[in-house]
Amino acid sequence: MAAPTREAPILLLADIDEPGLNTLAVYERRGGYDALRKALAMEPEEVLANLESSGLRGRGGAGFSMGKKVSFLPKGTMDKYVVCNADESEPGTFKDRELMQKTPHMLIEGLIIASYAAGASRSFIYIRGEYVLQADVLDAALAEARGAGYVGENVLDSGHSLSLVIHRGAGAYICGEETGLLDSLEGKRGNPRLKPPFPAVQGLYQGPTLINNVETLSTVPTIIRMGGEEYAKLGVQTSTGTKLVSVSGHVQRPGNYEVELGTPSRELIYGLAGGPPQGRGVKCWFPGGSSSPVLKAEDLDVPYDFDSMAKAGSMLGSGAVIVVDDSTPILDVAMKVAKFYRHESCGKCTPCREGTNWTVKMLERIDEGEATPMDLDIMASVQEHIIGNCLCVLGDAMAMPIGSMIAKFKDEFEAHIEAARMRNGLGQHAASELALGAQGALDA
Amino acid sequence: MSTPEEETIAESETLEREAAYPSPTPRVTRFAHGSRVPGWDEAVDLEKDPAVIPDPDTTEVPAQLRAEIEAHMANYPERHSASLPALAAAQRVHGWCSPQAIEQVACVMRVTPAYLESVASFYDMLETTPVGRHSVYVCTNISCSLCGADELFETFTQATLDRADVNVRAFECLGACDIAPMASVDGVYVGPLTPADVPQLLNDIRARRPVLPDKQLARRLVADPRANSREFPLHPAEPAAAERPANLELPTESPASAIGAGEEHEG
Repeated sequence: MAAPTREAPILLLADIDEPGLNTLAVYERRGGYDALRKALAMEPEEVLANLESSGLRGRGGAGFSMGKKVSFLPKGTMDKYVVCNADESEPGTFKDRELMQKTPHMLIEGLIIASYAAGASRSFIYIRGEYVLQADVLDAALAEARGAGYVGENVLDSGHSLSLVIHRGAGAYICGEETGLLDSLEGKRGNPRLKPPFPAVQGLYQGPTLINNVETLSTVPTIIRMGGEEYAKLGVQTSTGTKLVSVSGHVQRPGNYEVELGTPSRELIYGLAGGPPQGRGVKCWFPGGSSSPVLKAEDLDVPYDFDSMAKAGSMLGSGAVIVVDDSTPILDVAMKVAKFYRHESCGKCTPCREGTNWTVKMLERIDEGEATPMDLDIMASVQEHIIGNCLCVLGDAMAMPIGSMIAKFKDEFEAHIEAARMRNGLGQHAASELALGAQGALDA
Repeated sequence: MSTPEEETIAESETLEREAAYPSPTPRVTRFAHGSRVPGWDEAVDLEKDPAVIPDPDTTEVPAQLRAEIEAHMANYPERHSASLPALAAAQRVHGWCSPQAIEQVACVMRVTPAYLESVASFYDMLETTPVGRHSVYVCTNISCSLCGADELFETFTQATLDRADVNVRAFECLGACDIAPMASVDGVYVGPLTPADVPQLLNDIRARRPVLPDKQLARRLVADPRANSREFPLHPAEPAAAERPANLELPTESPASAIGAGEEHEG
């Protein structure tokens, strides 16, 4: 697949630091809410057709086609809801934060257009509670939008009405999972629900609900302005458009970058973010937040798009690249990841609740010099037993990266086990001796 | 709650068991009834009736808190949806989700205290024990820890041993890995921090100044060099963080005045 060579346009981050862009006046001066007027002049079906032809895939993690998601909502008059998932909690991800803080009206405009296409009259932005500044900015922007008649009864005399509430979370990673988010928005503990029924059929308050990420909805005005087919020309065939990528970890210029999907990952990590500090190399990297299986330095030429990442055995996820340099023990990385998911598991499903806990315990055993090489196999099998066996993918989100680390860095784990045993005065484990003995017998 | 005698019996039974079946691994700490979980049976009181929805006639709720909770409830088709914003509001008043705070929210929302406790205990930002009124969340997740967050957190912990007003917590990813290692100080994001920044930061909290204005996330420009077509100035810093009332226990005589002090939001 040929990587896009032309200079990609900047759609989401264009002049994002212009002073006052968070206010209605500056946003409108730059053509803001024109896309909304254009959309309201169309039939909802036509807006939907544009979203579908744009090929826009959800930017929150799953990468599901946004147009399809909207089309799954039942037709007819009933209470339908649009919920913007602004719970951005995936470790390594901070793109939505930048958008909401600096250009909140773009999100609100996209949300109104999406609600028009879906025929929804109530909408919510569920923003994580830690984002105090961003929620305050959104509150102020919403008040302005309401005052200008973009939100409320009969938006711009189109007959479409929409209420919008900024809902602040209170610190729980699981509330970024769509059904966990819905429970949290209903005022409960954020426990994910059994699917199906999917939220498009039965979501918030049992009504049909469209849930989309901040970046996805913020892209909608651009799609309406350009036209869906024109937008689809950006990027590669199955991953259209531009994508915000949050690069962090061991890089010299961490931050948000807008790239065309299909850009080589090396360009992203070395070209834009400056690569690891001088004299160090890339040991491994997470292409889509801490939930994505790790890739190694030899995978740096994989194009950065949904399908290429899947083919390379990982995923694009939320577009958060975390770079780990070669001075970091893989055990430390695995420990951080596992502890995070242990903390954030809601406890509803046994494989996730117990699996995350035992994975941490096994990693600690390795570090304390009590493990044997066999523990690695047990740990890998624990991961396999989590995947696909829970209501949501939180457990999978630990199992996949941990599993990939065990598979790709097995030698280092084994060396760590032996070194820690030696340090502990336990000596080489019998299993290793047996294995070595058997090897010796074979050699002889 | 088990009596000390019961605990002694549980302890001796455990020792006997261990003598009979020696284990190569170190002993696991045991609590009442041999459980590994401390206080697992503390909440059990079979004599006690379940708490009902508090009676509005006898439950004092500060007027401003009541108004805020009712405004949140009006936002949603279902009043239960207001539980998170309502608990957050009560926490701003009381300093934490104390039994009194929960009772007041339950009274206004017409739900049981148990329901709200189940919610409050789920979320990291809702405190279920008394804490210092200034929160410092130090991100110790993957990107920040790669950049030295564990050392930073240790420095914070050591530097605040005598600061009862500061609640230092290791927090999961706060969504600001571009300024790693970072911390959220009463909601204001600052980074990248070094252990050398800690004394200044704590002084800023004490003096109620804006926290490390030069290191605030709010000021930063986007990293992508192609994003801005021309040069823009840095954004303004955030004002001093919100002040919560110093006393954790709200005086029951004059709740309204205490609320007034607690409602100075930032911005």
